Order: sequence, then structure tokens, then C-alpha cells
Amino acid sequence: MKASHLVVGFGALATVAMAAAPASAATLDTVKSRGQLVCGVNNSLPGFSAPDEKGQWSGLDVDYCKAMAAAIFGDPSKVKYVPLTAKERLTALQTGEIDVLARNTTWTMSRDASLGLNFVGVNYYDGQGFLVKKSLGVKAGKELNGASVCVQSGTTTELNLADYFRTHKMTYQSVVFDTSDQTLQGFESDRCDVLTSDQSQLYGLRSKLPDPSKAVVLPDVISKEPLGPVVRQGDEQWFDIARWTLFAMLNLEEAGVTSKNLGEMLKTTNPDVKRLLGTDGEFGKQLGITNDFGAQIAKAVGNYGESFERNVGEGSPLKIARGLNALWTNGGLMYGPPIR
Amino acid sequence: MAETFVPLPSLPPPSGSVGVGAWLRTRLFNGPVNSILTLVCLWLVASVLIPLFDWGVIRGHFVGSDPQACRDGGACWLFIGARLRFFIYGFYPDGELWRVNVVLFTAVAVIVALAIPGTPGKRWIVPGAIVGMPILTIVFMHGGVFGMPVVATDQWSGLTLTLVLSIVGIVAALPMGIVLALGRRSKMTVIRLLCTMFIEVWRGVPLISVLFMASVMLPLFLPEGLQFSKVLRAMIGIVLFESAYMAEVVRGGLQAIPRGQTEAAAALGLGYWRTMALVVMPQALKLVIPGIVNTFIALFKDTTLVLIIGLFDVLATIHATIVDPDWPNIATEGYLFAAAVFWVFCFGMSRYSQALERKLHTGHKRN
Repeated sequence: MKASHLVVGFGALATVAMAAAPASAATLDTVKSRGQLVCGVNNSLPGFSAPDEKGQWSGLDVDYCKAMAAAIFGDPSKVKYVPLTAKERLTALQTGEIDVLARNTTWTMSRDASLGLNFVGVNYYDGQGFLVKKSLGVKAGKELNGASVCVQSGTTTELNLADYFRTHKMTYQSVVFDTSDQTLQGFESDRCDVLTSDQSQLYGLRSKLPDPSKAVVLPDVISKEPLGPVVRQGDEQWFDIARWTLFAMLNLEEAGVTSKNLGEMLKTTNPDVKRLLGTDGEFGKQLGITNDFGAQIAKAVGNYGESFERNVGEGSPLKIARGLNALWTNGGLMYGPPIR
Repeated sequence: MAETFVPLPSLPPPSGSVGVGAWLRTRLFNGPVNSILTLVCLWLVASVLIPLFDWGVIRGHFVGSDPQACRDGGACWLFIGARLRFFIYGFYPDGELWRVNVVLFTAVAVIVALAIPGTPGKRWIVPGAIVGMPILTIVFMHGGVFGMPVVATDQWSGLTLTLVLSIVGIVAALPMGIVLALGRRSKMTVIRLLCTMFIEVWRGVPLISVLFMASVMLPLFLPEGLQFSKVLRAMIGIVLFESAYMAEVVRGGLQAIPRGQTEAAAALGLGYWRTMALVVMPQALKLVIPGIVNTFIALFKDTTLVLIIGLFDVLATIHATIVDPDWPNIATEGYLFAAAVFWVFCFGMSRYSQALERKLHTGHKRN
């Protein structure tokens, strides 16, 4: 179905974008005829998706959107980013406002089972952690007995914190704030010894301290927060494209293909790499996209490791260690099934 | 011998009742209680202002572009400069910014022309602007004609979006409010009931829930694939909500017009519409200028609520950039800047309304 745009005047100005797409139409066809992938992202989570001073989006989740656009169109710029709040993100996907949601969404059973959505995989293993002042000399979460903890109100973070201290029979005093920058201000002004939040955010908050080297993120992770892209249920082809985009990024890293050495890698004789880059076999065709989608992704955003380093790792102000997000070959959990 | 009476020159006032010393004594230190109060207040003002001045001006950073320079704890105003483009235009594409500038400049020109007394052709400017500005805004900001590429509404953001939302709200809510207010006072039962219901329903729900309904619930009821742009949904929500408030403000003005005015108009042979348009409304609207502007100012500030449905108004752009890990904790600077922006616009509206009141006042004012 072709999308038609009508412009009508309502009061002062109005735009009605009427995309006439019946519910049964394949998402891939809709996306192709629209010429754009519509990707739901976080309004601002540094490292995952945040606009820069020119209004350009960047981040780990944004890179996933770009990779998908590269796999479908061979052009990472053919993405429309829809910034979404936590409350509207799942509705936006259910109603077809977006094609794929890449907005640090935790994969939970109830979301997967009851909302008509499918989680594609995990592009970041997150978990709740602790940020402590170095001067305290604390090395592990279990030494935090009696500590005062800065925490954001109304989040699962608060519940996880209570559970953790109860199971380890420790006491704590919570100092509750409304937003994350207030929480940080509380930590900065010594209202508490410890700040708790998801680890991915702790690194960002630490980098905003006047002297980041005076605080340290403890290695303990007290909750499981696997974050991943989500698509609507009922379109298996689209689900597979979304899923193999993620796997391709992981497999590229495992095979050692980067955005820089892609040229040489295209000439390789290694059969695994040839299948991945589409110089051998018809694997993309089976998904309804081009065979060289692996090479297109490598060209557009590079492999998963490159994207990680650029957005949240050593190449970024966040400086998050790979940890659980390393490849399985390096002791992490990232594992892409083989392309055969 | 007539002696003319020449009064001696007046003596100067006693030295204790003039000058700085007397002013201080009579106004600030007149009695022990007032003296203590003065000292306490002085201490309070000093303990707030001195650190604020020290932080914002003396230790503040105004020039340069290096985020690391801001790590010493002073105010980091260069952050505002570095992100100003994003605060004003948001996601509007770089090469097309002139189109926003044309619209904003025209709007400013119209307002200035209206504010200056004696601008020629003033009676044509208002209707011209009400019809022309929306067309100009659609043509330039949305594009798609005259070779200008389309910029979809989801790329309208920053201060631009705040202004578009509030100007549309103001321009549309006032006429709707007038119609609703007349409807609520109508003698026709059905119309009166409908208008009363509309006003009470929209006034009875918080704007935030209206926006949530428009952004989260409405798409669930629409057939899959049919989508309205989010900006449009928010705009309709704001206009419906504010017109209900405006209706009650205007009704307040209508109540204040004595019945004799309507009866006199009827005696002159004027019908309902002409009575309203020529006799009642001009008097009623003039009376409620403060109330109308109050509603406008509230509307302008309420537009920040679109932040919770993921639209980037000026506050949301600030919100989104203060978390940038490249910069130290700059939340305070960001929010102060937002406050300054809103204050400038609201104060401007307030001054304009006061000028309008002075101009339209016909001698009934008591003060």
C-alpha cells in the first residue's frame, strides 16, 4: 500500500499522515514502500539514544536502528526516530506508530507473553548496581551494611534495593529523590554514601561528578535487566529480520569484521565470513532482504563491539566495561547463532 | 505706608527627617521589632544572593567551548551557548532553518506593528495575521511546495514547537471560548446544555490526562495504520482544553454587562448577533483582558506538558541535553535558562496586556 500524505488546515495548521496499510500487510513491505524505518528510541539516555547539538541521534540503540535500515535499504540514514517516554513506548509499537522499538526495554515474561510483542534478543545486559565514594573503602555490595542510599522514587530500583538488603540481612537508610539529576546532586552533596541505579546509568552519572575518579561503581549487580529491541507479534519475517540484524552485529565482531577492514574481508576465503557478508549463499534472500546485509551493517555501523566502544565503552565519556556484554568467547553473554 | 507682607523663606526641614539616615530610620529601623526584622531580612537576602552571584557570575564560565573548563564548580553558561541551536530549533534540519526564521520573524514583526500606536492599516493587520500566519506557518515550516522539502511535524521541536503550540492555542482558543460562552448563556436549551457539558468536561480533567489520552489511548481506537501526527494530536488537545477555560473567562465578562445594554441595543433594532458583536462583546472582552491574558500565560506554560508524550518542546530539549555525559552536572544552569525563557515571554504578554488596557480604558476604571 502506498502511503499518502494529505495536508489539511485545522484551526491554524495540521498534518495528517494517513498511511493506508491494512493490518495484514507485511511490515517489511510497508517499510520498503515508505522508504523509511520508523524506530522508537529513548528521548535522552546518553550512550543509548540521545540527540546531539544538531539534533542528530546517536547511541547503542540508535546504532541498532541504523543497522536495520542498512540491512533493508543499504542506507543507515533511512530511519525516522520517534522519541518515546517509558509509558507510551509499548503502545506506540502495538498501534503501528513505530516498526521496531529500540529503547532500553527490559525483557520480562509478562511483556513478552501478554502484550502481543516479541523481544528480538538482548543488545545490552544491564543490572542494578551501586556507585560509592572511593573514600569509603567499600569493595563489594555486602560491605554496605548501615549505609545511606540515594535512590530515585517510584522505580523498580527502590524495590530491588529493599530486596537486596533484606536478603543479606543488612540495614540501610534510603534518601529518595524524584529525578536522576537530583539523585546525583544528593550524592554530590554527601546526603548519602551510595547511589543506586541501573549500571548503564551509574557510569553516566559518575562522569558528571566534579571529580569522577573519586567515585567507583561496585562490581555487584543485584538485578537482571536484559535490554533488547522489540517488534510486534504476528509478523515472523519482520521478527527474523530484526533478530538477524542483531545476530549479524555479534557475528561480525566474532569474525573480526569491522567497518575499517570490510574491504579486505570481502575478499576472504573463510566460508563463515563469506556467508556472513553475503559473498556466498543466499541467506539474506530468505529474509526478504539483500544477501549482503551483513556487509551493509558492517559498513554502516560496524560490528557490535565497535558500536559498544563508540557509544558506551572506552571511546565515550561513559567508559563502561564490556563485562556481561562481551562476546561469549571473552567470557560474556553475547552469542550469535551461526549463519549456515 | 503700605507694608507688603513678605514671608520669611521657609526653614529647611529638621535635619533628622531628611536624607539617607532619616529614610533608614523611619522605614527600616523604626522600633526594635522592625530593626530586628530588617536585619534578619538583610541577612537572608545576602546569604542567598552572594553565593548565587559568586556561582553565577564571578566563578561562572561564559566563553569557550571546552566542557572540562566547567569542572571547578562555577556556573557553566557556555553549555547554553553550545546547545542554543538545539534549544531553539530542535530536530529541524540544518539547511532549512531559514524557514523557521522567516515564520518567527514575521510573527515578531506583526506583534511589533500592533504594539506601536499609529501603525498604518492596523485594522487589516489583525484579520490578515489570523488568516495569513497559519498559512505561512504551514507553507514554510511544513514545506512540500515551492521546492521546499517536507519537514514532518515530528521534527518541529525546541522553542519553535513551544511557540507554534502556544500561538495556535491562543489564536484558536479565544474564538472557540467566545462561542462557548455565548452558547452557555443561550436561551436555547440544547445549545446551552451542550456548551455547559463541553466546558465542564474539559475543565474537569487535567491537561496531562488529555495529552495522555491523545497520545496513548487515541491510537488504540483508530484503525491500524491510520495515524495523526503527534503534534497535531497535542495541539487539538490543548485547544479544546484551553477553550473551556477561555469560555468561563469570557462568560465572566458577559455577566458584568448590565442588562440595559442589551435592551438598548434591542430598542435600536439590532438583532442577536449584532447586539453581541457591536454592543456586548467589545465591552465584555475589554473587562476581562486580565483574565484572558492570564489564561494565555497559563497556556504558554502548560505547553511544557507535551514533554510527557515525547514531544520536544524547549524544556524537553533542555531536559534531554543536561544528561549529556560530556558535561559536568549542568542541570541548574539548564533549568535557570528555561525559567528565563519562559519569564521573558510571559512578562512580555503581561506588559502588552497592560498597554492594551490603558489604551482601551474609557473612564470607568477606578484607581
